[in-house]
Amino acid sequence: MTEALFPLALLGALLGLDTVSFPQAMLSRPLVAATLGGAMAGSPMDGLLIGAALELIALETLPFGASRYPEWGSASMVGGALFASAHAQPAGSSALAIIAALATAWIGGWTMVKLRQLNARWAAQSQPALDAGARGAVIGLQLKCMTADLVRGFLLTIAALIVFAPLTEASLALWSLDARTSRAVAVAVATSVAAGAAWKLFHGSTPAKWTFVAGLGAGLTMMVTR
Amino acid sequence: MAASAQRLVPAPVPAPARITRLPMRTRLAMLLRMLAIQGAWNYETLLGNGIGFSLEPALRLLPGGVHTPRFKEAMARQSKYFNAHPYLAAVAVGALARAELDDEPAERIERFRTALAGPLGSVGDRLVWAGWLPFCSLLALGVFGLGGGHVAVLATFLGVYNAGHLALRAWGLQVGWTHGLRVAQALGNPVLRRGPQVIAPLAAFAVGFGVPLAMLRIIGPGRTLLGVVLVAAALGALLIVRLHGRVEGWRLALGVLAILVLISVGGAG
Repeated sequence: MTEALFPLALLGALLGLDTVSFPQAMLSRPLVAATLGGAMAGSPMDGLLIGAALELIALETLPFGASRYPEWGSASMVGGALFASAHAQPAGSSALAIIAALATAWIGGWTMVKLRQLNARWAAQSQPALDAGARGAVIGLQLKCMTADLVRGFLLTIAALIVFAPLTEASLALWSLDARTSRAVAVAVATSVAAGAAWKLFHGSTPAKWTFVAGLGAGLTMMVTR
Repeated sequence: MAASAQRLVPAPVPAPARITRLPMRTRLAMLLRMLAIQGAWNYETLLGNGIGFSLEPALRLLPGGVHTPRFKEAMARQSKYFNAHPYLAAVAVGALARAELDDEPAERIERFRTALAGPLGSVGDRLVWAGWLPFCSLLALGVFGLGGGHVAVLATFLGVYNAGHLALRAWGLQVGWTHGLRVAQALGNPVLRRGPQVIAPLAAFAVGFGVPLAMLRIIGPGRTLLGVVLVAAALGALLIVRLHGRVEGWRLALGVLAILVLISVGGAG
């Protein structure tokens, strides 16, 4: 993990940038970001597995307007990379990777708020030039804020990896629950959040309620027959 | 005498030709810049600077270029506070480019900016954040649940999502440019008006179908606990619904998993 720290932090920075600043192509969604993190750590499929669990949780926090939400891009990359690095120890590694990702996403959300406040300060400092219609001020402010976001993602990723990589390793060494139970708890938790999110999104629409029931019937049938 | 008087009267300056089509290069520059429209997002001016940043390539087409008072006035006007959904802001960028290049009065442009912000925010939130994004996410989770590999899952999610995302931005710029200050009528477009109502049931189907399959695949070797997981997930979901507005599910998830770690790691001793 140590030798891959810089490339991982760079990837985390780019994924953090995608969350809001550029290009918002949803590379920062957990499904993508964790898979890329897993790929960097040598196992994209492990990354995808943890990305799917995180995606279920992230369904709850969609980026509406100026609402405050966790920063999933850098955080999911951290979760994917940690899980892929620990795949030889199935017991506990998924729960620990999800915890690391959730905690990083939480801190990442806070750093985004701070960055937006900093952006406002920079905008206020540039106000005379902006009022004069100086194109250099408009373009300069945009690039400065985007660069700051990139740096934010880089620092967040590097800090998260420095803290959570050894913590995960130490916890795995002491882990006593079996792999089946650990993973079942993690999945139950993620699914609960996804189901709660679905209710939040669709409970106001009668057609959506019926199509949900139809989808659930089809999904459960597939699940039982597979 | 008459001939000398004619010489003294300056010849009328022809009005600059009205730009009816944005050059392709300008259009591409605007589209590319719109991908970074939230780059300087802040709690004071929100998207404002991003609007000015995205409009700048079009404003360069103003008579006299970038060093004229008209260009500077337009840049100053367009970099002020603005709020909209980042993808649908393309409608505003197109319409404002048209208004500036058509030399509409400043007060009219400012009134239009103010009026346009709200609808572009709410329509975009319902169409994209509450509809298209969860639909694409759950579609990809369905592919994952059906056994898709990482390439198939990512290609499904990124391909489908961004086809809609980029098409919406390109359409927004085009429709804004075409209608200018009369763009409000374009917001009655069936895709914007009926889109959320159509996508919501599709996304709800994808939730019902995709979540159990994704769950099954993540559980992997622990399938013997499937029944317990299903019951626990249903109870957990009920709790989250009951606590709606008081605590977010992801925070609860973090808490439950932290307790699991404490039990497991503490249990080792």
